[in-house]
Amino acid sequence: MAAVTATNTGIRPERRRFSFGRAAAWTGMVLIVLITMLPFYWILRTALSTNAGLGADPTNPLPVDLTTSGFERALGLQSAEEAVAQGGAGGGLDFWRYLLNSVGVSTVITACQIFFSAMAAYAFARLRWRGRDKVFALFLAGLMVPTIFTLLPNFVLIKELQLVDTLLGIALPTMFMTPFAVFFLRQFFMNIPREVEEAALLDGAGKIKIFFRVVLPMASTPIITLSVLTYITSWNDYFWPLMVSYSDSSRVLTVALAVFRAQTPATGVDWSGLMAATLIAALPMLVLFACFARRIVSSIGFTGIK
Amino acid sequence: MTVASSSPPSRLPLSGAEAVAPMKKVKARAQGDGALAAVFIAPAMLGFLVFLLWPTLRGIWLSFTRYNLLTPAEFVGLDNYVRMVNDPIFWDSLWVTVEYVVLNIGVQTVAALAIAVLLQRLTQSSLLRGIVLTPYLMSNVVAGLVWLWMLDTQLGIGNEIISGLGADRIPFLADETWAIPTIALINVWRHVGYTALLLFAGLQAIPNDMYEAARVDGASEWRMFWRITMPLLRPVLAVVLIMTVIGSFQVFDTVAVTTAGGPANATNVLQYYIYGSAFGRFQFGYASAMSVALLVVLSAITVLQYRLTRAGQSDLG
Repeated sequence: MAAVTATNTGIRPERRRFSFGRAAAWTGMVLIVLITMLPFYWILRTALSTNAGLGADPTNPLPVDLTTSGFERALGLQSAEEAVAQGGAGGGLDFWRYLLNSVGVSTVITACQIFFSAMAAYAFARLRWRGRDKVFALFLAGLMVPTIFTLLPNFVLIKELQLVDTLLGIALPTMFMTPFAVFFLRQFFMNIPREVEEAALLDGAGKIKIFFRVVLPMASTPIITLSVLTYITSWNDYFWPLMVSYSDSSRVLTVALAVFRAQTPATGVDWSGLMAATLIAALPMLVLFACFARRIVSSIGFTGIK
Repeated sequence: MTVASSSPPSRLPLSGAEAVAPMKKVKARAQGDGALAAVFIAPAMLGFLVFLLWPTLRGIWLSFTRYNLLTPAEFVGLDNYVRMVNDPIFWDSLWVTVEYVVLNIGVQTVAALAIAVLLQRLTQSSLLRGIVLTPYLMSNVVAGLVWLWMLDTQLGIGNEIISGLGADRIPFLADETWAIPTIALINVWRHVGYTALLLFAGLQAIPNDMYEAARVDGASEWRMFWRITMPLLRPVLAVVLIMTVIGSFQVFDTVAVTTAGGPANATNVLQYYIYGSAFGRFQFGYASAMSVALLVVLSAITVLQYRLTRAGQSDLG
């Protein structure tokens, strides 16, 4: 019965509904995709144009005077005079360095945060100890505090620790845990059948070994998804690094982009260089997303919210 | 250890009777995980206490002090709050923030709902879902800069098209009336895909039979949307709405890179004013008081969220 209705309605109405409404819906969908993707193309098109060309031919859908000069400027490969001649600020920003800083900070935050959160999640999910539920409730309450509220006092703390303008200072507050990561991983650890762990216990494995050899491998899918999302979040973070970082030594890409933008030369914004820098900041995340898109897309739901 | 010695053949499948004894021992041994748990929980606990609980308490404490980072904080009672209540710029920035949130969430929710329904009713393609999500993976800074360029008054493609159509150029981010709506829409561009996918996940929970049955009865898509989709999605929609409102209130990055609060404080959102008070004027006490005010607003919304969630669950039956 169910199968019959499924085949009936599954095929025929599709044809019947090939109507004005359906065409309009698809048009809407195409329009949404265009609005979504167009800015990405426009970054590329602008980054590959010269500033003079952009001024002369602003509506050309293709790069004007195809050049890599914008990228050279962003990566600090041009002399100051040359950069100024091309419409840049000649401020000597070096996006290679910021790229490395961003990679360093995001990698340390992700690796440490996920590992420490997984350890805590395991203790909450599987170890027996006094006060476990109370401590977990406390962690959960931490979810209620918007991150933005802790930024100012955390800055004061980082300053007291004399870690202002260091990469460690940027990484420290989110390096140990987030309540969300602990909560998220605990959910998955609780779903691992107890029999698997008990079998390992019977084999003489200790709880530490079980954590590394059984629990972590069995939860590898959510751990990878969470890691990718954490990496992207820390890569994109702007407000906190803006507070902590003052010089090249700890400047990450998001902050560097804003500095680049603020260095507007008298001749007008160096759009070509700015878009090249923007692409440098965005590309790694686009590649990362391309690799994990299916996983990330299907993880968004009400178990993996945020 | 007792387990290991008493059951050497444990790799072999145990029969029921044999299995009982070792299992009991496993349970008994498991009682004493205290020391191990302490080790496992230690790093996260350190992070929680030092970088979450302590700053939260300290943020509240600082709001009752005068503090400029250089000299020790000095307790001033309710001075900061009195000043806040009498500060026209504070009220102005709160108003600007609310205006932003209403525009941002209003447009975003309607658009996300439309995208989610289109995704559900037209195709289950995960490629399309991936495309829709792409802007969300960019930082607010990237999103802000791209649109700053595309909406530039002189050279931006947006204004080139507008002037090509014979209309006057619009200084989107340099005009007092346009700036907030423009920033609100830029952030819609970045977040709408994510919101749509959350709603899409909610839509997946609605049994397809309902649509099939309605179609057999000759219901139109429009009617199905209002009679099936909306009532059943309502609880999910409520949660998503409150969640995005909380996020929206914290707007900072986009303002910082596109307008820097201007023109004439037209985009001086609360978080931007707080940042300026702390890092521009070194009034950490006053900035903390305003942060507490924002926290109160957000907490009120969270409480509302729980009310709505509960109401929603009973609604779903």
